[in-house]
Amino acid sequence: MKTDEFRIEAKVENLPDVIAFATGTLTDRCPLRARMHVELVTEEIFVNIASYAYPETGGFVTIRRSGGEGPEGLTLIFIDGGIPYDPLQKPDPDLTLSLEERPVGGLGVFLVKELVDEVRYEHKDGNNVLTVRKIIGDDE
Amino acid sequence: MDIKKEQNGTTLTMALSGRLDTVAAVDFEKELNASLDGVESLIFDCAELTYVASSGLRSFLMVQKRMNKQGKMVMRHVQDAVMEVLTMTGFDDLLQIEK
Repeated sequence: MKTDEFRIEAKVENLPDVIAFATGTLTDRCPLRARMHVELVTEEIFVNIASYAYPETGGFVTIRRSGGEGPEGLTLIFIDGGIPYDPLQKPDPDLTLSLEERPVGGLGVFLVKELVDEVRYEHKDGNNVLTVRKIIGDDE
Repeated sequence: MDIKKEQNGTTLTMALSGRLDTVAAVDFEKELNASLDGVESLIFDCAELTYVASSGLRSFLMVQKRMNKQGKMVMRHVQDAVMEVLTMTGFDDLLQIEK
């Protein structure tokens, strides 16, 4: 399967470019709901990296994209050389807490886990590597 | 995201349209902070709101906490795409939502 790669500075204002790349293989036939899920997953992962990976220096993110609406689904790999951090270790938020008890953060990673079919983290060659795969089904 | 405000006494209606993403949430919170003094009823018209990310959820959570102290807040005409995210995160129990 063809893999495309995109490298961009890890800054929140680059979000539209990152989303455009992540959804680049989706066609007009892709259900809007599935497209929205891909956008949301991409936003949550990229914004996390942009906000926390490089607190002092700034840095870059590399995104690898393969697949799309086919049976293999869409695979996105986010690679950064920032502080080693496995977002999947973060406990899921307690959705039963009341308004006053609810912490204001911690929902992004939870949404990612809910919206993709597969998510995997590894620390490799000094990089954080987060891989997500989403099957784009007709039911979405 | 575009915000159209309409104030009628202590009732403020904010019509939100477009995408409440991380970038938009910063401006949204600024706008809220500048608009809520003396407001007792805050209405979000979400008919044209197509997308919300976790940063936008955080904005809604913060404003709901504030409005609990000074009045009430309601979200109206929430689209399916936005509703799905609210439900997935349990926000449908925390916020007052009218579809």
